[in-house]
Amino acid sequence: MGLDIRHIDTDFLIIGGGTAGCYAALTFCEHSDAHVLIVEKANIRRSGCLAAGVNALNAYIGPGKTPQDYVDYARRDAENIVRGDLLLTMAEGLNSVAEKLENLGLTILKDNNGQYATRGWRNIKINGENIKPILADAVKKQEHISVLNRVNVFEYIIKENQILGVYAVSVEEPILYTILAKAVLCTTGGAAGLYKPNHPGFSRHKMWYPPFNTGAGLAMGIRAGAEMTTLEMRFVALRCKDTIAPTGTLAQGVGAKQINALGEVYEDKYGITTSQRVYGTVAENREKRGPCALRTVGITKEQEDDLFKAYLNMAPSQTLRWIESGKGPSVQNVEIEGTAPYITGGHTASGYWVNTNRETTIRGLFAAGDVAGGCPQKYVTGALVEGEIAAKAAISYMSSEISHPNEDKIEVIKQKLEGYLSRTENSCDALEEAMQTIMDEHAGGMSTYYNFTEESLKIADEKILELGKQSEQLSASSMQELVYIMELQERLLLCRSVIAHLAAQKETRLQGYINSKLKDGNINIIRRQLVREVEIYEH
Amino acid sequence: MSIEIRQNLCIGCGRCITVCPGSLIKLKNKTATIPKPERCWGCASCIKECTAEAIALFLGEDMGGLGGKMTVRRENSLLHWTVTKANGTAQTITVNSLDSNKY
Repeated sequence: MGLDIRHIDTDFLIIGGGTAGCYAALTFCEHSDAHVLIVEKANIRRSGCLAAGVNALNAYIGPGKTPQDYVDYARRDAENIVRGDLLLTMAEGLNSVAEKLENLGLTILKDNNGQYATRGWRNIKINGENIKPILADAVKKQEHISVLNRVNVFEYIIKENQILGVYAVSVEEPILYTILAKAVLCTTGGAAGLYKPNHPGFSRHKMWYPPFNTGAGLAMGIRAGAEMTTLEMRFVALRCKDTIAPTGTLAQGVGAKQINALGEVYEDKYGITTSQRVYGTVAENREKRGPCALRTVGITKEQEDDLFKAYLNMAPSQTLRWIESGKGPSVQNVEIEGTAPYITGGHTASGYWVNTNRETTIRGLFAAGDVAGGCPQKYVTGALVEGEIAAKAAISYMSSEISHPNEDKIEVIKQKLEGYLSRTENSCDALEEAMQTIMDEHAGGMSTYYNFTEESLKIADEKILELGKQSEQLSASSMQELVYIMELQERLLLCRSVIAHLAAQKETRLQGYINSKLKDGNINIIRRQLVREVEIYEH
Repeated sequence: MSIEIRQNLCIGCGRCITVCPGSLIKLKNKTATIPKPERCWGCASCIKECTAEAIALFLGEDMGGLGGKMTVRRENSLLHWTVTKANGTAQTITVNSLDSNKY
């Protein structure tokens, strides 16, 4: 199969039309008449981690509270592994983006005074089943935004540490693109599928985080020498067993406590921050006091019916489970477990190092949402704020002309990709499974209760390197299979970075604070000089 | 966790193909198919877009699925979700997109 080459020039290129990407495009159009191109490997209507919807906006500043209160909360929750400057600039924009979402058509519950009804002080109640179509429809109405759906960006074009554009392929047709832009925003999300998933068989893609988020943006950044931060701070979600559906709705909505197999409430023993809730469950299982559950038995029929509806708006599989088993949460406690680890800057501090403009260490390359680090607990609204900040900063950054690279690598890339497309059948499924097993057993997956040793990490790194070499021999019989090979190679590179960060972690907290860059094929750990901010160190 | 597409109900409109966040659904002989159902995330985007109720969500046996199937019928802002159990009994829950969740 031969590839046709196409060239596109644009002003502002957005890689990934998920929540942050769409919102950044909308913000850009409010402040500039320049052209925006969103390149999305699926279709922006339902792409990204909010495909199924979302049940609440978890980052909001309720009455009587300030953005600084949110910073303090996130700092506590992440055991100080945060960048205060990023958290504050994010928190300051949370409420205005919630209002904008409502103006675009999102249903948000109001109280008798016309204020948003809150769940706690920082969550607001919504019906978010259609949040992606709402954003996608708004994007469609803007004449300055073009969308290239089913096109996968796989490499940055860089000159003297400045981004000039990207290379991309169609997922459906044999087309290779060179796209040049005056500024680029990466909103490709985080990464799932690095570790052996909760269900390694037929249901292996039943994950919390989308299996289609492969860490593409992170891998492209690592290859281009961008600095990454805190990749060792992996996110393990506490989820309903089997369906991997969220548990917060049960814990906060109907006040369900975490109990072990003996019926003891154990959350008091370990604490109730995000990581403590997971840690307590893991610890109880390790001490043979599992399986653990959320105690829902005894809730009213009305509460049960409301839970059925709430889960339909974000994780319909859980409602299906309750109904098909004939055992709803009022008659059976909901068993819980930790997930395989994910890399996602929306919940933890892992991702690109960015400044307060959300510009990465590569000039002209911005990052927002789950791909951007340093700013945990940003959730949906925080990702939107980052998209907004990055879009405004990109407008200020953009030069009047598009820059061209010194040498065009397109012919070399074309030959390499056509090599994959011309070989005989050799699918990437086996290597993907091998990678997930190595990460699970040697780099702190579920089977070791997320633990690892220096020695096990060394073994993991050697084996992952070997898989990388093997992946060069894979073959693809379609453009989609070619993209699967690219995704596997992105995951393998990201695995090496995660392993390097885990190995550099020398403290006993659940999370560390480590930066890295790729140099001469090796992941180099960078220990930036620490800056003292009041009583807390950060960089 | 995956979907099944009922060929006899599919009208070949392609809406499901557009919305699948994994680009997993293809058109073959004017009907939608999912060649690799094990790659499905279970997000239910396709079943909400399908106007023919031709797509059903099910839980894989490896995650304790019991053979139940979930379909959706959209009526303006209302989503009628129906679970049909393996024994043929069905239960429908209606959610109004204009109503917020209680939790």
